[in-house]
Amino acid sequence: MSDTYLKFANSFLGKQVAPKLGLPQPPVLKRYVPGQKAVDGAVLVGQAAGGRLAGAIAATLKSADAQVWTAEGPLRDAAGEADLAPKIYAADTAGDQRFQALVFDATGIAHPDELQALHAFFKPVARKLRPSGRLIVLGTPPESLTAGARVSQRALEGFTRSAGKELGKGATSNLVYVAEGAEDQIESTLRFFLSPKSAFVSGQVVRIGVGSSKASAAKVDWEKPLAGKVALVTGASRGIGEAIAETLARDGAHVVGLDIEPLADDLKTVTDRIGGSAITLDVTAEDAPKQLAEQLKKEHGGVDIVVHNAGITRDKRLANMKPEVWDQVIAVNLIAPDRITYALLQGKVLNTGGRVIGVASIAGIAGNNGQTNYATSKAGVIGLVDAFADDIAKAGGTINAVAPGFIETQMTAAIPLGIREAGRRLSSLGQGGLPVDVAETIAWYASAGSGAVQGNVVRVCGQSLIGA
Amino acid sequence: MTEPKTARRVAIVGGNRIPFARSNGAYATASNSEMLSAALEGLVERYGLEGKKLGEVAAGAVLKHARDFSMTREVVLGSRLDRATPAVDITQACGTGLQASIYIANKIALGQIDAGIAGGVDTTSDAPLAVGDKLRKKLVAVNQARTGGDRVKALLKIRPGDIGLDIPANREARTGLSMGDHQAITGKEWGITREAQDELTVASHQRLAAAYERGFFDDLMTPFGGLERDNNLRPDSSLEKLAKLRPVFGGPEGTMTAANSTPLSDGASTVLLASEEWAKEQGLPILAYLVDAQTEGVSYVEGEEGLLMAPAYAVPKLLERNGLSFDDIDLFEIHEAFASQVLSTLKAWEDPTFNRTKLGRDTPLGAIDRAKLNVNGGSLAAAHPFAATGGRIVASLAKELHQRGSGRGLISICAAGGIGVTAIVEAA
Repeated sequence: MSDTYLKFANSFLGKQVAPKLGLPQPPVLKRYVPGQKAVDGAVLVGQAAGGRLAGAIAATLKSADAQVWTAEGPLRDAAGEADLAPKIYAADTAGDQRFQALVFDATGIAHPDELQALHAFFKPVARKLRPSGRLIVLGTPPESLTAGARVSQRALEGFTRSAGKELGKGATSNLVYVAEGAEDQIESTLRFFLSPKSAFVSGQVVRIGVGSSKASAAKVDWEKPLAGKVALVTGASRGIGEAIAETLARDGAHVVGLDIEPLADDLKTVTDRIGGSAITLDVTAEDAPKQLAEQLKKEHGGVDIVVHNAGITRDKRLANMKPEVWDQVIAVNLIAPDRITYALLQGKVLNTGGRVIGVASIAGIAGNNGQTNYATSKAGVIGLVDAFADDIAKAGGTINAVAPGFIETQMTAAIPLGIREAGRRLSSLGQGGLPVDVAETIAWYASAGSGAVQGNVVRVCGQSLIGA
Repeated sequence: MTEPKTARRVAIVGGNRIPFARSNGAYATASNSEMLSAALEGLVERYGLEGKKLGEVAAGAVLKHARDFSMTREVVLGSRLDRATPAVDITQACGTGLQASIYIANKIALGQIDAGIAGGVDTTSDAPLAVGDKLRKKLVAVNQARTGGDRVKALLKIRPGDIGLDIPANREARTGLSMGDHQAITGKEWGITREAQDELTVASHQRLAAAYERGFFDDLMTPFGGLERDNNLRPDSSLEKLAKLRPVFGGPEGTMTAANSTPLSDGASTVLLASEEWAKEQGLPILAYLVDAQTEGVSYVEGEEGLLMAPAYAVPKLLERNGLSFDDIDLFEIHEAFASQVLSTLKAWEDPTFNRTKLGRDTPLGAIDRAKLNVNGGSLAAAHPFAATGGRIVASLAKELHQRGSGRGLISICAAGGIGVTAIVEAA
């Protein structure tokens, strides 16, 4: 489960040898430690003329106690309105200044000519990003626009995805589309993408305020954004599920872990450690959804966060795959989350403002040799997000999914070495992710501040070349 | 209880300094005491203070030998002043000279004394050297030994590795960065360009040179060590010449050079302050009045604010207390520790965001007309023997106001440790 080459490449010897032999030099990614500031280091903020997010960005950075830099002009004045005093950035006076994050409000770009603003802002600082730096572009969902604005906003994707491949040193690049009217809802998302919590999320496109209920921004304790919430995590006894349970508990949630009977002891170890509750249940059983809904209602008065993490692989080429192997995978990975979500909604067990989170997979997006069953089930999870979005939004909640790429778990440790190494290195970050990277992304969806984050499928893949 | 006395006006009678010299040059072998004595003797001579008992003499040096703990008193005892004149050493980094003036002025204002002298001196040539801590502790043990044998034993404990010198460095204890390193960060954070710094530097040299040409310093200075003018002055300084220099702070992409930063230097200055009555009784002129002063500090340790930005906070407080705005100021004397420091401060005062978030002001203090800034040159041209700068500025500003016959001046001096010392001076 550990990446031996990553350790070697970052050892004294490895640092001498790897560059000389032309070997990959994957960086050690900075990861979140509780109590840490969302962004520790200078944040350079820019804006294309006519942007509408200056105030919202400034408010977030003020609340995050970030060290902010902007050029002189309207953006800096707007920051002043938010009681922020940014340092003044100019290319010819910035000297040796390095930045932890580069944030650009591109919402003002209404014509392809104006895309030049991206070049003007990012070019002088393309080599000024610190290790594990962050590049974030904010735009307007293209589908809500017409003509040149639609074209230009769609164009932003190509920029952020390419930048992600160029930056290096563990830096990530992401695009956040903010719907008009959702300006005051960006904080949880901006904090997530700025922070080390998004260490393994790069090259992604996120929408805020599209298809979500029109709730106003919630007041959030950013150290404990899930305080007072009950979170159900299926498959919580080990691997990614265990990390999800721990992370949600860290953020203040009471975690109800669920797993099958044979893993009951492992599950109890996890839930005891985090002060949660354990439920032993086979999610594919006929009466499982009903039983689960009743138990959650009775013991916890409902549930706020549902993470459909339980999943299995039964890999075989299609030509060799027996029908029961196909059925097993579809039943656990797709039918169970579908039925459970439906039962929780129908029974009004999902509390107002609830969060449903699916765990898809990069295989569900790109397909994988030997995984027709698995990829079908995981693409189906993305379908669940689409299918439930309206009903859940009506109940004031959200549904989103993560799509993990290569994550260092027992499951991936079983992959043959050659394929495993390819899975790790063929990505912008040059390594596999950790279970906690998936968990942090789920915690961002679950956050009380993410009420406008709806219908997204975010890959946690280090911008893997597979399925790009 | 007796009635509290109302404050008296404090007159600036005049000042005297020796020319400032670049480090390890003209004054390489002169001590602080010698330089301060020279400046004081010139003042005594000019204002006929021989044998007079003054209320107090306050002066200081930033870098001084431990044996000079009572430097100012020793200088007074060796001067032609009445030996019964008390004296005090005070230090506040580069703010020392002005703070000494404020100290004397406050005593005069309160009626505790009628006249006093403020001053400051520094040498970076004859700087005190200390031995490293390990060696120092073992030498102390040698000194404490009671018998010859014990002394030898203690001496034998000294190992070659113990021998080291503790050279005083121009470094902030809490950050390990020099003042220039700090200002490089501040200048970067305010977007201060190399060109703007070089322009300010050229103006400083040109104005100081012009002031010498008109004889402005004739009654403000006593020649010393073969110098009649500050030897850092480059009357032919130009933007083209300055543009060729390489940065010395802020790395290879930095904007601060040896020209737009003050050099290490040696020198001394003094100012005679008095109550109006005393000055009149003695038949002495009154050039100007030292009206009010404000000292502020900023926290810079974790980069919360720039090390040298405290004056940006002190000045608005001072102006507000006196019901004044920049429009009411005719002359600005902003100590040019670094061109970048002056420009950062000016920019902060103009910046609506700084005014709103840091000063709590809805309207910015505003811009300063450069024609009113450091009209007779500043520290970039004259150089900056730390504690001597305040006295140079107070005396020059008082004389300039006197020549103009009216007007008001503002002094702003930044100091190490995140301190800013500011004062208002009005024409008599």
